[in-house]
Amino acid sequence: MPSNALTATDLCCRRGDRWLFSGLSLNLARGQALHILGPNGLGKSSLMRMLAGLLPPSPDPVSGITGAIAWDGPLALMDERHGLDLGQPLGAALAFWARVDGPVPDEAITGLGLANLLDVPVRYLSTGQKKRAALARLIGQNAPNWLLDEPLNGLDVAACAMVERMVARHCASGGACIIASHQPLGIPALTRLDLAGYAL
Amino acid sequence: MKGAALLAILRRDLRLLLLGSGGGGGIMLPILFFLAVAIIFPFAVGPDPKLLARVGGGVIWLAALLAAILPLDRLIEPDREAGLFEQWALRGISEEVIVALRLLAHWLSFAPPLMLATLPAAALLGLDGRTIVLVELGLLAGTPGLAAVGVAVATITAGLKGGAALAGLLFIPLCVPLLIFGAGALAIGGESGLALAGAASLVLVALTPFAGAAALRAGR
Repeated sequence: MPSNALTATDLCCRRGDRWLFSGLSLNLARGQALHILGPNGLGKSSLMRMLAGLLPPSPDPVSGITGAIAWDGPLALMDERHGLDLGQPLGAALAFWARVDGPVPDEAITGLGLANLLDVPVRYLSTGQKKRAALARLIGQNAPNWLLDEPLNGLDVAACAMVERMVARHCASGGACIIASHQPLGIPALTRLDLAGYAL
Repeated sequence: MKGAALLAILRRDLRLLLLGSGGGGGIMLPILFFLAVAIIFPFAVGPDPKLLARVGGGVIWLAALLAAILPLDRLIEPDREAGLFEQWALRGISEEVIVALRLLAHWLSFAPPLMLATLPAAALLGLDGRTIVLVELGLLAGTPGLAAVGVAVATITAGLKGGAALAGLLFIPLCVPLLIFGAGALAIGGESGLALAGAASLVLVALTPFAGAAALRAGR
């Protein structure tokens, strides 16, 4: 039996006075990709941040139990914040993360179409280019577990297909991946989870 | 590997605070502001050398305090906005360590240039040798505290609308003990103020990583 990449039980989320979802349990095996769906404002991003450990789970409104999240191995997150120095050229911004995480493979840079953008300050990159740059940072982190929050926003058709291939390759090599997205994803062996079923 | 990562973060913080990010915003601006305050003071109170020599040390302290407000809005907020603090948290680097590194980088980028700029400012105000030495020693003892209050206030106000103005407003009262002890050391027989300024600095430096980390976590 393969060991789980993620075991999460009884997750509930409250932002301010609003309850978003409750009673959500998740198991993710190695090599598995999970697509989290649901309408706007249901708490997809909150769930992603909770899974990333950036937001503590709220206690259950009925039972009072606070959920638990356990990952096996390090975790990489990409959301709408790219995590790169706006004032630095892209190459220097990625080089900083390379010193923290280890280098981004050259084929990832060229594959993401960033090779001729390395001299451009991050603040001058377009939305889609910043997204690709954030993906390069994510790959460089070399973590077995990926959390991608709306990874396809702002990307063109070719780049979307490339992200799908990237995720498929990551999972094929034993990584786990959770994607929150409105768009349909062309990734083989994708499990789907509709957050609307847990809404409060 | 963790040590190398921390060193990379410190180097980045230092570069950012000394040189600014791209379009300016480095340490030059606060230092020029500091000198400008020292320069315009004689215009306001008149050129009497005896008066300037007597109050000049206090003027330098006040100018340092005001100049320390300028970097507050770019100390934390740009990195919070870009999601860097979250990325560090994901890598298991605790917020306390991150804030402590930022405090160290802020002090290193701010205090030495300020102490250097104090020399021309002291010459402009006509301070005597004893006062100059006491001002420099006072700044050496007090600037870690100024930097610590600055980092704490910047983390607390990061992400707030009008955070920059609020940061300045919070910063001034919290720095009053440093000002009293640091500038108080200039009085005849007040040299023990240096030790008290240093003690206040140490307390503030010890508290800031925890206060700043709590503020960063609460702000997510």
